[in-house]
Amino acid sequence: MRHRETPSQTAGPYVHIGCMPTHAGNPGSFATEIGTSPIRDGAAGEIVTITGAVLDGQGLAVRDAMIETWQADARGRFPGDPRADPNVIGFARLAADGATGEFTLRTVKPGRTPARGGGTQAPHISLWIVARGINTGLQTRLYFEGDTADDPLLARIEHRPRAETLIATRTGPGAFRFDIRLQGAGETVFLDL
Amino acid sequence: MTPPSDTDDTDPGPLVPRDRTAHPVALDPDYKTSVTRAPSQPLLSMDSTPSEETGPRFGHSLVGPQDNNLILNFTGTPAIGERILVHGRVRDEFGRPVPETLIEIWQANAGGRYRHVKDTYFAPLDPNFGGCGRTLTDSEGRYRFLTIRPGAYPWPNRGNDWRPMHIHFSVFGHSFGQRLITQMYFEGDPLIHRCPIAQTIRDRSQLDTLVAPLDMAMSRPLDFLAWRFDITLRGRRQTMFENRPEGL
Repeated sequence: MRHRETPSQTAGPYVHIGCMPTHAGNPGSFATEIGTSPIRDGAAGEIVTITGAVLDGQGLAVRDAMIETWQADARGRFPGDPRADPNVIGFARLAADGATGEFTLRTVKPGRTPARGGGTQAPHISLWIVARGINTGLQTRLYFEGDTADDPLLARIEHRPRAETLIATRTGPGAFRFDIRLQGAGETVFLDL
Repeated sequence: MTPPSDTDDTDPGPLVPRDRTAHPVALDPDYKTSVTRAPSQPLLSMDSTPSEETGPRFGHSLVGPQDNNLILNFTGTPAIGERILVHGRVRDEFGRPVPETLIEIWQANAGGRYRHVKDTYFAPLDPNFGGCGRTLTDSEGRYRFLTIRPGAYPWPNRGNDWRPMHIHFSVFGHSFGQRLITQMYFEGDPLIHRCPIAQTIRDRSQLDTLVAPLDMAMSRPLDFLAWRFDITLRGRRQTMFENRPEGL
């Protein structure tokens, strides 16, 4: 390799100015903001709503966090694949609420996707979390309670309680809860993929 | 969004594992907010999968003609401050250009104040400066922004900490696993080496890559100075056989 990767720096507390201008209080900065929804009307599959919060090592909600999400469509095809559902954009940006710290993602539940070297992965959404105090964006995944069988990544996590930090809990029909714990008890498994 | 056009990538391998020594430490007591937000457990390492090797793509229809001109893009009336051009190239670790990828920037105004509901610094807002811009790299990975030089500003951390002049950069690449947010600093700013956020990067040569040099060749006489900032994203191993089942 000829070059080293450019080092990360924290996104800081004002990441929304550049990435989610409306959330920063500056609607209209761009004609169209990206990441406002991962699906369009008509996306095929089960619509799910996931709520949660990013919690710091003291259990306090990180109210300036931004989460990006990336996923396949209901048949496990990623946007960009000519066979993928044209109503699945696959990418979203979520802002923690400035008062409560809660975020909400409304999307279609993805299908199983190919694994490297053959086989498949259980349905999951890839997450990338940035905030003040996070020096390099954190990668993790959200799996769905009751649909985690035969997943190479979950199988690699030796301690079952740690694997469970990646599994969203079903709270009702089409509704899930997923909290991300940055540090300490119940710390979410973060990935180096 | 547009479908990917990288038909030249015949059989790319996984993303090159991230060299964590190229990046900041996660926990640094001198950057106090990191103390409760840094993971304490090791990261789980695996080869990348299609979930990280694919990623969102954005087309030219998204980006407006003034989106990369922060001097004018908020109201059409020029913002106050030192007019500058920031430009450079995006490439991967193998030196290959990263074309048609979205770059977003955000920054404080010339007085060091952000246009954000939570910024309450004394310096006034400039009614003609929003502080955000975006652009797509061209076919050779090049990008450019016209903006004003942001001011330094104090922030609550240790007793008297100041952020050096900086511009925040967000870069997508072509894979979700390449995602990067960083900050560009300005050559010669004495606050860089006093800044606890810049100093979370322990490798001095790596921090130096965030410090844009003055680029007189690209400066326009009687108009603006130019600063050059090149960005390197993770690459993908190019292998012919390792992704195929044994025996093929």
